[in-house]
Amino acid sequence: MILPKWADVVLIPLINLFLALFVSGLVVLLIGEDPVNAMKIMVKGAVGSTYGWGYTLFYATNFIFTGLAVAVAFHARLFNIGGEGQAQLGALGVALVCLALPWPHWTLVLPFSILGGALFGAAWAAIPAYLQARRGSHIVITTIMFNYIAYALLVYLLLGALKAPGMAPESPRFPAGTFLPNARDVFDMLGINFARSPLNVSFVLALIACFLIWLMLWRTRLGYEIRAYGQSEPAAIYAGISPFRITMIVMLISGALAGLMGVNAVQGEAQRLLQDNVLGAGFVGIAVALMGRSHPVGVLIAAVLFGALYQGGAELEFETNVPREMVLVIQALVILFTGALDNMVRGPVEGAFLRLGRRPAPGAAAE
Amino acid sequence: MDLNTLIQILDSTIRLATPLLLACLAGLFSERAGVFDIGLEAKMLVAAFFSAAVAASTGSVWLGLLAGIAASMVFALIHGIASITFRGDQLISGVALNFLASGMTVLIARDWFNQGGRTPPLDYGSGRFEPITLPYADALAGVPVLGPVYGGMISGHSILVYVAFAMVPLTWYILFRTRFGLRLRAVGENPGAVDTAGISVVRLRYSAVLIAGVLCGIAGAYLATGLAAGFVRDMTAGRGFIALAALIFAKWRPWYALGACLLFGLLDAIGNRYQSIELLGISVPAQLMQALPYILTVVILAGFVGKAIPPRAGGEAYVKER
Repeated sequence: MILPKWADVVLIPLINLFLALFVSGLVVLLIGEDPVNAMKIMVKGAVGSTYGWGYTLFYATNFIFTGLAVAVAFHARLFNIGGEGQAQLGALGVALVCLALPWPHWTLVLPFSILGGALFGAAWAAIPAYLQARRGSHIVITTIMFNYIAYALLVYLLLGALKAPGMAPESPRFPAGTFLPNARDVFDMLGINFARSPLNVSFVLALIACFLIWLMLWRTRLGYEIRAYGQSEPAAIYAGISPFRITMIVMLISGALAGLMGVNAVQGEAQRLLQDNVLGAGFVGIAVALMGRSHPVGVLIAAVLFGALYQGGAELEFETNVPREMVLVIQALVILFTGALDNMVRGPVEGAFLRLGRRPAPGAAAE
Repeated sequence: MDLNTLIQILDSTIRLATPLLLACLAGLFSERAGVFDIGLEAKMLVAAFFSAAVAASTGSVWLGLLAGIAASMVFALIHGIASITFRGDQLISGVALNFLASGMTVLIARDWFNQGGRTPPLDYGSGRFEPITLPYADALAGVPVLGPVYGGMISGHSILVYVAFAMVPLTWYILFRTRFGLRLRAVGENPGAVDTAGISVVRLRYSAVLIAGVLCGIAGAYLATGLAAGFVRDMTAGRGFIALAALIFAKWRPWYALGACLLFGLLDAIGNRYQSIELLGISVPAQLMQALPYILTVVILAGFVGKAIPPRAGGEAYVKER
């Protein structure tokens, strides 16, 4: 290891983020707006009010789930690009639970909708996982294909079996007993005035998921096996770890996490099943996991950052000529710089540290 | 179903298969050289936008085509720099480029044309490829069967359609009958051996990636200035991934790619025409038709019907031994 840990975990992601924002700034400049002003509007829109925070953390909740899904798979060297489809299926699971009974109270539904979302998401990930582990088909390709199949499946269901009366291809509204308490209700009880936003108790669920995934990865035997398998497959096999078992378990956890996004997006906000319940959050998960270095704490921070980016981007479109798609560009550049061009930054940084390291520290004995 | 309906469906099959075929051959060059490319979609999309934008601004469809190819090659170059020079993850680079294209095209379109992320509609004669009537199409029109097949199905497409179909034998020839092709395939299977023979792995892979850029550029230009009349946001609509599916379905071979793209084009054409179709008394929903290319690819990949084995060094950056 040439780099100290802090440089790997903090310095390089920050440089990557800076590069992504710098290039984005150039793009803003190119379409004739002031990048500094744009940045100010975005920051103010995202975290300048309780309204902004509400939306930022609502988006962040989605991204935590999808980010953890990608991160867990990364630990086993699996690239789960199917978060989008798994989250769609998770949304379906949540919707089926919510529509099944005239639920009296949200506390009674929540355990079942969590189960429904996780189960459906995991099931959608199970098939590509099995095909990768047993038949050797590339998991990236199969999960991409499953994204499209999931989308077709939802359109089919929403035009047929699950369609509400009327024109729109969406499910009936869930019974009122399934609605999750949102941040406004919770803060009202504490006597704090919080603007209306879709932020709901699922955020707490996401925080618990972060903690549990950390616990699983670094404090259990399974987590050790997953990381060992990701570091070196032959070594893991030699140590008696079954690649089939690890691939299946990791992808089931990953799919379940992506599926849990449905609790926030469908039960927490839309309160009905739509054709597209994920809106690209499955892909944002890739950026979040890359930036967060696949660590639950990093994922949490990166998810909030991307939540702010999404909310800030909406405000930006409202106040300037910079359209919402700017967010997509920033997201793409973050993935490009932290994921694909990592070595471009890492090389010079490592070089710098080597030069610094060679110089003997003052007072140290010369060798 | 009468002959006329059949010819209409096959005619639109050819048109819908064309962008798939070009993108699929692009993927073929790239992946045969060992560089995975899930950014086919991105390259088609930027090419679609820049070809329509330049065609709309200058009124010249050929300048549009050039602009589309250039834009697509810039994206190919970024992919090359990330995955060949800096040995980054090829899949992640592809994912990033897909987002970049999706966001950037709308961003620039809004700034350039102020029409909510689309280009002005293009007309024949000022920025759109015109259909070409092949020789004798009119003379043969009276002949039963042959006349409508030749005149309605084979003739009357834009030049890029014929270019796409001509690319199939050309790709086959380049890959399997030239020295360059042999080296290109070798670099996708065993780059170490190619390097030992004194041939630059980096240069070969860059040429493959750039060829993919050219082909995706033509595919995108065809989408916006041939198939449709102008650019609309995300107009590739997953075609890059269908092309990828076709590539796997074809097991990375040019002639099979033609078959796979025609099949997927046919599914698309049928899905466009009918909401649901009756097959052996069972009604098949249109969504199943749309999902079929993806389902078939999964089945093929799983090795239940034949086995699709990708180039052995695909997805791995080559590190020269030091």
